[in-house]
Amino acid sequence: MEQPRDIASDIVTPMIRWPRGYGVFVGCLLAVIAFAAYAWTQQLRFGLGVTGLTRPVFWGLYITNFVFFIGISHAGTLISAILRLCRAEWRRPITRMAEAITVLVLFIGAGNVIMDLGRPDRALNVILHPNFRSPLLWDITSITTYLTASMLYLYLPLIPDLAILRDRLPRRRWFYRPLALGWTGTPQQHRRLERAIAIMAVVVIPIAISVHTVVSWVFAMTIQPMWHSTIFGPYFVAGAIFSGIAALIVAMAILRKVYHLEAYLKPIHFNNLGILLLVMACLWLYFTFAEYLTTFYGHQPEEMAVFWTKITGPFAPYFWAMAVCCFVIPVILLGIPRLRTISGTVAASGFILIGMWLERFLIVVPSLINPRLPFPGGVYHPSWVELAITAGAFATFLLFYCLFIKVFPIISIWEVQEGQERGVDETVERLKTYLPTAVSQPPQPATSRFQTKWS
Amino acid sequence: MVSRRALLQRAVVAAGALVFLRRAPTAQAASGQEADAPRPTHTPRWGMVIDLDKCTSCQACVVACWAENNQPLPGPEAHRAGRVIEWMKLLSVHEGSYPRVRQRLLPIPCQQCDQPPCTTVCPVFATYKNPEGLVAQIYPRCIGCRYCVNACPYTCKFFNWSEARWPASMAQELNPDVSVRPKGVTEKCTFCHHRLQRAKEQAASEGRVLQAGDYVPACMQACPAQAIVFGDLNDPASDVSKAQDNPRRFRLQEELGTEPKVTYLSEA
Ligand code: SF4
Ligand code: SF4
Repeated sequence: MEQPRDIASDIVTPMIRWPRGYGVFVGCLLAVIAFAAYAWTQQLRFGLGVTGLTRPVFWGLYITNFVFFIGISHAGTLISAILRLCRAEWRRPITRMAEAITVLVLFIGAGNVIMDLGRPDRALNVILHPNFRSPLLWDITSITTYLTASMLYLYLPLIPDLAILRDRLPRRRWFYRPLALGWTGTPQQHRRLERAIAIMAVVVIPIAISVHTVVSWVFAMTIQPMWHSTIFGPYFVAGAIFSGIAALIVAMAILRKVYHLEAYLKPIHFNNLGILLLVMACLWLYFTFAEYLTTFYGHQPEEMAVFWTKITGPFAPYFWAMAVCCFVIPVILLGIPRLRTISGTVAASGFILIGMWLERFLIVVPSLINPRLPFPGGVYHPSWVELAITAGAFATFLLFYCLFIKVFPIISIWEVQEGQERGVDETVERLKTYLPTAVSQPPQPATSRFQTKWS
Repeated sequence: MVSRRALLQRAVVAAGALVFLRRAPTAQAASGQEADAPRPTHTPRWGMVIDLDKCTSCQACVVACWAENNQPLPGPEAHRAGRVIEWMKLLSVHEGSYPRVRQRLLPIPCQQCDQPPCTTVCPVFATYKNPEGLVAQIYPRCIGCRYCVNACPYTCKFFNWSEARWPASMAQELNPDVSVRPKGVTEKCTFCHHRLQRAKEQAASEGRVLQAGDYVPACMQACPAQAIVFGDLNDPASDVSKAQDNPRRFRLQEELGTEPKVTYLSEA
């Protein structure tokens, strides 16, 4: 007879263990961050002159990172909301880790914009003198809304878990008690909580879509060649979900290893997300193809200059690497069921993350290198400061995540418990409602013959 | 107890008032009108005509602009890095292919678009079109995001990558009418807006309205070939309006609908 697992202790135990590897890893991250901080002080002191940016390439790595990280943020809230609304039972162990990515990565994305400002000390001017005709302000509005909503959406399902921690970890009681809001798990509390989560899941979806749409509009609302495109909104959103799922798969695989969550994150989870990823890879190819083919047929000289820079010019290696990373490899690894194993999906995700970063880079830089007026010598070589700060951005995200998993349970304990206790029965009940209604009267003979023949 | 609807209404009115109040002083400051000066009969719209058939590409305008507007002197390093700031620049256009190549040089200031794509995108109103049609920059407000720079289809805006520096011997020769821009902000040709302010003050002190010729930008003054004509496009009798009325006229990238106020004349 199988014993049900003690889920709470499975998940809480690694939270209070501090293996040596963890310390070493956090130490390395801190070292990278310290170096990035040093690079930033150089930039603050000497201005953006220490970057590789020039005229006419006024935006570079920072804006690329901004678009990339905001894209990753679609991993969590959006995917988790969709899975929750679809009542996909397999979502239970992965929603929390996905939502945490969203909230944490949004800070990194926003931070990259601050890095890009010539006058970060005046950043508050966007609140003091807001110009709502500027797509940048739409960005700020929708990203702050998204951050608020995502935090709420992360917090709500955390409440019952915080109560579990409050009761289990007496030394951290002072921290969890106020956050748990006096949760005792009465049926009324459960009803209210589930209602709130359901509402947030619906609210969060349009906000998430708006976020990457307006990020794309920062480019599309200008009239610069290969930025001024009507499909940029959906193209960016699709790319965001694509890279978001990839980031989620990588996070799942790492957590599975270091937290020994093999019993919770099973091949089926990777398989299901892998299929979703495959769909997104096809969608990504479709959008990319549509975008480039329309440009090519339009054959406007300014747009073609950008087009050839990407396809055969100096950016061709990046472009084709992107195509291979975002489509060729993932489709092979995810499309062949035998290869869609855990390591297969993780490898595909890694390539996708690289490919999507390249895609963002290829949207930002080549258009700037080829401005409308003939311009001699647009080149861009990122400087060490930009590379250091980019590395720092990734390290900061990892550090945030490392801290998060020590403070909060990375798998939603109560939801998995609920799945174990009630999920099977509920699913069976739901399945029954899908089946044809049981027959109470014999149907008309003519109809029944028709049905057997044509259905 | 205030009903929710009433509260909402009040909030909307208050927000509207706030926006209005916030904008009002900007508009006033921008027009730069002296209260006691005689009012001109119409609002001018400043524009420029550059006759490429007269231009010899001597770059006097470029140098005059550097000196007039306190642009940092570009060294070889700035050239290598592609970070030269020149509000008035010569753009080289190659026509034809070898062996029949022709190079043409176009002096390009900010085109002072009537429909500027650069102003709408600024998140903080640090660049805007003033009532006289000049597209202005507010250096103390700019956050240096360079969005306007990327939105300008003429690549006419410049960014202060580093602190502006001059050789010690030149530091004393900066134009006191033009602010030295700090690092990290965006700048561009203003049609020598400070000269307009000076001219207005002068006219006011003499108790008259601004006249044609009171206000000319430095590039026009410096051009030995007199290829640049400047003035009020709203005055049909002005030199610039007459010069514009020419079959040789064209504007850069007219198809973009930016309505530049700089017109070029050329036979070709
Ligand atoms: S030329 Fe460029 S900078 Fe000047 S007004 Fe037009 S868009 Fe703005
Ligand atoms: S660089 Fe300055 S002027 Fe240009 S959009 Fe940004 S804040 Fe506005």
